[in-house]
Amino acid sequence: MRYLPLTPDDRAAMLAAIGVRSIDDLFEDVPAAARLKDTVDLPDHMTELEVERALSKLAGKNVPAGSVPFFVGAGAYRHHIPSTVDHLIQRSEFLTAYTPYQPEISQGTLQTLFEFQTQVAMLTGMGVANASMYDGSTACAEAVLMAARVTRRKKAVLAGSLHPHYAAVARTTAKYQDIEFAASKPDLDGLSGLKELIDGETACVVVQTPDVFGRLHDLGEIAAAAHEKGALLIAVFTEPVAFGLVKNPGEMGADIAVGEGQSIGVGLNFGGPYVGLFACKDDRAFIRNMPGRLAGETVDADGRRGYVLTLSTREQHIRREKATSNICTNSGLCALAFTIHMTLLGEAGLTRLARLNHEAACALQDRLAGVPGVKPATGAFFNEFTLRLPKPAAGVVDALAARGVLGGVPASRLYPGAGLDDLLIVAATETNTEADMAAFETALREVLR
Amino acid sequence: MSLNTQGRPTRPEVSADPGAYADTFSGSRGLDQAEPLIFERASFGNTGVDLPEPKGAKTRLGGLERENALGLPGLTEPEAMRHYVRLSRKNYAIDLGLYPLGSCTMKHNPRLNEKIARLPGFAELHPLQPDSTTQGALELIDRLAHWLRTLTNMPAVAMSPGAGAHGELCGLMAIRAALEARGDARKRVLVPESAHGTNPATAAMCGYGVDSIPANAEGRVDLAALKAKLGPDVAALMLTNPNTCGLFERDIIEVAQAVHAAGAFFYCDGANFNAIVGRVRPGDLGIDAMHINLHKTFSTPHGGGGPGSGPVVFSAALAPFVPLPYVVHEADGYRLVEQAEGAARPFGRLKGFHGQMGMFIRALAYMMSHGADGLRQVAEDAVLNANYILASLKDVLSPAFAGPCMHEALFDDRFLKDTGVTTLDFAKAMIDEGYHPMTMYFPLVVHGALLIEPTETESKDALDEFIGTLRHLAERAKAGDRERFLAAPSLAPRRRLDETAAARKPVLRWRPAPPASAAAE
Amino acid sequence: MTIRYSKDHEWIRVEGDEGVVGITAYAAGQLGDVVFVELPEIGKQVRAGDEAAVVESVKAASEVYAPVSGEVVAVNDALEAAPQTVNESPTGDGWFIRIRLADKGELDALMDEAAYKKMIEG
Repeated sequence: MRYLPLTPDDRAAMLAAIGVRSIDDLFEDVPAAARLKDTVDLPDHMTELEVERALSKLAGKNVPAGSVPFFVGAGAYRHHIPSTVDHLIQRSEFLTAYTPYQPEISQGTLQTLFEFQTQVAMLTGMGVANASMYDGSTACAEAVLMAARVTRRKKAVLAGSLHPHYAAVARTTAKYQDIEFAASKPDLDGLSGLKELIDGETACVVVQTPDVFGRLHDLGEIAAAAHEKGALLIAVFTEPVAFGLVKNPGEMGADIAVGEGQSIGVGLNFGGPYVGLFACKDDRAFIRNMPGRLAGETVDADGRRGYVLTLSTREQHIRREKATSNICTNSGLCALAFTIHMTLLGEAGLTRLARLNHEAACALQDRLAGVPGVKPATGAFFNEFTLRLPKPAAGVVDALAARGVLGGVPASRLYPGAGLDDLLIVAATETNTEADMAAFETALREVLR
Repeated sequence: MSLNTQGRPTRPEVSADPGAYADTFSGSRGLDQAEPLIFERASFGNTGVDLPEPKGAKTRLGGLERENALGLPGLTEPEAMRHYVRLSRKNYAIDLGLYPLGSCTMKHNPRLNEKIARLPGFAELHPLQPDSTTQGALELIDRLAHWLRTLTNMPAVAMSPGAGAHGELCGLMAIRAALEARGDARKRVLVPESAHGTNPATAAMCGYGVDSIPANAEGRVDLAALKAKLGPDVAALMLTNPNTCGLFERDIIEVAQAVHAAGAFFYCDGANFNAIVGRVRPGDLGIDAMHINLHKTFSTPHGGGGPGSGPVVFSAALAPFVPLPYVVHEADGYRLVEQAEGAARPFGRLKGFHGQMGMFIRALAYMMSHGADGLRQVAEDAVLNANYILASLKDVLSPAFAGPCMHEALFDDRFLKDTGVTTLDFAKAMIDEGYHPMTMYFPLVVHGALLIEPTETESKDALDEFIGTLRHLAERAKAGDRERFLAAPSLAPRRRLDETAAARKPVLRWRPAPPASAAAE
Repeated sequence: MTIRYSKDHEWIRVEGDEGVVGITAYAAGQLGDVVFVELPEIGKQVRAGDEAAVVESVKAASEVYAPVSGEVVAVNDALEAAPQTVNESPTGDGWFIRIRLADKGELDALMDEAAYKKMIEG
């Protein structure tokens, strides 16, 4: 077997050195009843070529984003990733390193994490950021738990237009922490009904912008309403490219900003792995209540600048049942991809990228709004918007797929039974060409005819 | 106060004589090149990405245009390449040498897996595409689920958890849901003292009180103490097997019976499944739920801290409570179930979308490469390598418990008694010898623990070199060469770092220097 | 002036109806460099054995227990900015809290210096 270096002679010599007769002797602590005599009922080993052939066949049964006009978003976005990113994250020293617990020989990972934290803080307009969470949804759930610890309150108010997966993950994760949830309706009327849910028991208000329908919200008013009651504002995002062009959470008064970093450097990957971004105010009480790892700056014995993981007493490996979270493994390599892509973009590139995304979305909306029966249902948006269709969107999406166009996400897939069946959520990015948009328009005309 | 008995210095003595590390003009030391932060190197207006000129059309942003600069620096492609390649060279990695971190399973990461995960048919799939366009991806998830169920002899699996700790939460939430479904509110979870910190942290997240179970003199769960703690308010036992001392829990079947007799569930932390895969099926031991770290046993790369993937296998009693989403195979193909249906009673959703697909692909490529026969060999070679290390070092280090061990060998610090050298010093000296240290000071049940996990992908030659180095170091420590250890490492990109200062006055991000006018005020 | 010790390595110096509480030099040494101290609110009622404060080093976090029952009447705020004081002067400037004793009889259950020394050397 190509991954196993020991030869039969090695094994014999090693068993002799240990002083046992056979490998079975080393498994003597396993109860006899549980020792498998034979191999399990699965195929035997395969050559590299055979594995590649078998799995390529599975890959071939899918329709990848790059092969068709593609407009799917709702929490994950297709962007072009510079080739440098994938080359660098495959450097052995990044790819095959463990968590940087030995800082003397992990400065590469630690410095990139410190740079990542700084970039995330700058992008979100917040004071500090951690070294990543699993994804945006779990970052959001952890933010709710953190807000409850900081405020010592037990109620979370969710905007109805928060991505339903995020809302579900928050409710599930906080299920046994005695946290009560209130949520406004998932409608298209701005943030209506949200302020009314905030009271003196509220730990946090969770609002997404751009929201799951693509709409942009000015969080200033809701931030003021939350702060007036002593609650924190958690700003959620699933499209970080937006902050190249629009106000970020810090600028709008958020206390905690969490979201999905996938758009920058990570790719679609059928939903994971992604990278959860987690940032908050630079406030001692906040930082001590943050989940996850933090890289910090210090000096070594020779006085040279270096980086370490710090404030670890918040974490499970030290604090055990009193830790701020149980998270251990995070999303390190995806954070590296994010930080490399962001470094390549710089503010100049990010701003331009954001503008191109917005222009693509505007152009696409204009095209599709010209299709009979189709009505734009969002006001201000970034690179994603919602259309009201003359028939249920789920069937339309399937019919579009049959015509070779992946034309968005039906709102009913995210909100089944909520009366939103005629809504279609459509995203456009810099990857969409005029021809893609024309193909989408033509296919939509045919499907709605 | 609760006394810390494993104190160790976190602030290095400032070295009086940098010696071989005398300053150069550039700050670089040969191939170890100094590299500033991007914020110090980059030009603010630069970019390494060429994008077309925007048309300058009127925006529809509702007046929410950003007004302030973000401050993000940019690097051109050659500058970025050099920045990250230079930084990469300051890292140790499994591709550079033996990485004996106990409990972490740092094994070779095959590049075939990377290649397959990057096929456009997998990498360029959006999680919300219609199922009709992702049949191959859903089939892959279903096939991996089949492998995991078969290897564990467990009837159900939840695929979505993002890593081991997330899997633990998934397992305990299913247990709590099952208990609530039978109207049985229980309050406590039993966790051995030797457990990973994630176990008690997870139990607390799930709303349970945590009761510690002591270890016996043989490094295993004290069965009598366990039975004494079991009662009608115990929801579950969380047990790592093989345990964090690297030992198989001999009484595990009796443990399972006792747990079940008390009406509780048996959660197994599967972090160490690598030791028994293909030779022992957890389902045959009476386990109700177990997470599997795909980034340990099934070789998906650790990536400097993640991503991982932590699917959880379940017994029949817990199967109905598996969280959303999951894949079903029907007459007309594979379907993703995202809302509760039929008799299933999912406890909720733990993650956006469907799980760590990129890790699923790598893990399945690894499993298919090994096959049923190769996976059994994985466990055997992992255990053989660890026992070879234990046998080869038992006369110079001090084994914590009598062997044989499973996939990792545990030593305590008795061999350093009266040398003035601590476990930390010993580990740091390994860095100068070109090795990543083993896991230190864990598990907590052993004083000054050194936990060595070689994995099955080390050759006998590599082990012999490692053993030789450790024997030399142990001899030097005993011979009174204390200074060598206290000064270590002196040949790494950095010497010991001041963790005390980092924690007392945290600097968690770069900030621009204040403008000169402000400084003058 | 009486100083008493708990088996959990707290000391209490009795001053009239009040007691000043800290952790012993031995405990501070075992903990390593102290980097953070969390103190209770003034006015908090504690019972003997309750968690009254938290003290952290880089690699460990420990609860400081109240050696006796009573009301917290003062806390050593200076430790928040200068946690190293716990290492530098554990029985002096590194004190944690001042408690108004609810029951002086509880002091009898604590050790004197000789007994504490014997325990840690045990």
